[in-house]
Amino acid sequence: MSQTVFSPWEDPNEKPLIQFKNVTKRFGDFIAIDNLTQDIFAKEFFALLGPSGCGKTTMMRMLAGFEAPSQGQIFIAGQDMAKIPPNKRAVNMMFQSYALFPHLSVWDNIAFGLKREGKDKETVAARVEEMLRLTRLSKFAKRKPHQISGGQRQRVALARSLAKAPKLLLLDEPLGALDKKLRQDTQFELMDIQEITGTTFVIVTHDQEEAMTVASRVAVMDEGQIIQVATPAQIYEAPNSVYVADFIGDVNIISGRAKPNGEKVATQWAEGQPDIIGTTATKFDTGQEIHFAIRPEKVAISTDEPQDAANKVRGKVLDIAYLGNISTYHVELPTGHVIKAQTANTRRLSRRQITWEDPVWISWTDTAGVLLER
Amino acid sequence: MRRFILIAVPYLWLVALFLIPFVIVLKISLSDVALARPPYMPQLDFAAGWEGFQSFFAALDFENFWFLTTDDLYWKAYLSSLQISLTSTVMTLLVGYPIAYAMARAAPEWRPTLLMLVILPFWTSFLIRVYAWMGILSNEGLLNQFLLWLGVINEPLTILNTNTAVYIGIVYTYLPFMVLPIYSALERMDDSLLEAAEDLGCSRLSAFWLVTIPLSKNGIIAGCFLVFIPVIGEFVIPSLLGGSGTLMIGKVLWEEFFSNRDWPVASAVAVILLLILVIPIILFQRNEQKQREAEG
Repeated sequence: MSQTVFSPWEDPNEKPLIQFKNVTKRFGDFIAIDNLTQDIFAKEFFALLGPSGCGKTTMMRMLAGFEAPSQGQIFIAGQDMAKIPPNKRAVNMMFQSYALFPHLSVWDNIAFGLKREGKDKETVAARVEEMLRLTRLSKFAKRKPHQISGGQRQRVALARSLAKAPKLLLLDEPLGALDKKLRQDTQFELMDIQEITGTTFVIVTHDQEEAMTVASRVAVMDEGQIIQVATPAQIYEAPNSVYVADFIGDVNIISGRAKPNGEKVATQWAEGQPDIIGTTATKFDTGQEIHFAIRPEKVAISTDEPQDAANKVRGKVLDIAYLGNISTYHVELPTGHVIKAQTANTRRLSRRQITWEDPVWISWTDTAGVLLER
Repeated sequence: MRRFILIAVPYLWLVALFLIPFVIVLKISLSDVALARPPYMPQLDFAAGWEGFQSFFAALDFENFWFLTTDDLYWKAYLSSLQISLTSTVMTLLVGYPIAYAMARAAPEWRPTLLMLVILPFWTSFLIRVYAWMGILSNEGLLNQFLLWLGVINEPLTILNTNTAVYIGIVYTYLPFMVLPIYSALERMDDSLLEAAEDLGCSRLSAFWLVTIPLSKNGIIAGCFLVFIPVIGEFVIPSLLGGSGTLMIGKVLWEEFFSNRDWPVASAVAVILLLILVIPIILFQRNEQKQREAEG
């Protein structure tokens, strides 16, 4: 490979920038973070992904210093952060509500943190101008926050949090308030800015697409614990649990009993149906309960019986979701299972062969799905 | 047409209850005192027709306003009113701001109760509450008895009938007018702004100065005007709690009117007072408008 892949988490000599060591956070009886240990490396774009209430925001607020862990330690650049207040940390945060000061202009909002450092006027002005250029806000410097659009406000918030050149930038659902198109553009902008400034970003989001787009690694969280940490591709292609598979993207889950056969595993899933053949590196015991997970785009749909497919089942089209570029077919099997199959719409709609109530074949190869224990 | 009627209602109200009384007071201020009922002249005699009209206007003059400048009692009373009003506004702000701040920071389920407690005194007559302060502040009053019992003082403090009592009375009475606008400004403030300030390097105290105070500025200004404007013309508090040394224009006005029965001079005092008050009222309106524009 000509280009070195950025993956400090695989290098045992690399020192992590952030370390959570057995961190627990309780609010009264509620356990927000449950004995969590995690390393995050410099220059990473680390995404915390999970449903609301999973503890991702608490993790971020502990990094910023607004919450203290009930147990365990958090290190940033090797330093224990327990006694360090938010205003003494080389960490800045971009708030979900942006939290722009309504009484200050865009310029003064960005300069706010710099002025607190006691820098001289020229240095502050130069840095603010630089930030305005970076976020393409130079024209709006004199406006007040209520005089600019949502997207511009989001960029002011970003510029303000980057102005002090923090070691670590925390982004709390930064794009939540933007509409879809603007959000996608801004995601790429964020990645560019992260690359230019070389800052470590930790982003909290409940939008899996956003996490997949921007992050170098994604941590999927649930009930105060990190379920899986991996690159977006690994999370998508090799989820470690049904929870992760289901949370990221669309998935078909078929539960059954394992019947290992060398490196192949057959899943007995329904009476009178051929076993599903899958490939796995994990060892399963015969008769163990397992879950076969397969993404809809890896399921082929056809009117004729496919000849050389490892797995094929007959079914009937129940529903078609037409999304323009792709269509998702909901195919009902004789057993009552509904399997989603996705195809790219390479032909015009009028020439589509398959329609409602059609008997069809769905098929997939023996490496298309993953076998999960839980 | 219906729109016109709708607008006409408040205007009629203003004309009937403000403009007409004001014209009457203005007219009296231009008249001369007389031993009659009512105790001033000229009176407009409709029966005399056009000539009666002419002689009526010919008899009006600015003599009373001129008189106000000859006796230094009046401008001293105006100045002293302004000074007392200014001082008590500052004192009300110093007492009211922490109260409003504590209310806005209290748990949301407590806020309605606290708000109720601030408004509750209005349920009792203002006059009765001022009388109650006489009972508290007098030489044999509750405060002195308490301090004597504590042993802090050996003989009773003279508080009643001094300016101190007037300040206490004003701060107590006008506190809600200060607390409510500041509370409403602080309550609307987003807590994440303070976190953002801290995140950007502010200590708690500097975050308060740089964020909380500027964002409650409009509430502070509104509260100050709501206290300052009525206190200038305050009459009940200085006459019940103040002594002979307390000089306020409201008291002077009352004495001119009821003791001296000099309605024309009393009216002139009132007209000047109104002119003085127009300035802060205009400033207040402008502040309100600016705030609306900023929010719009």
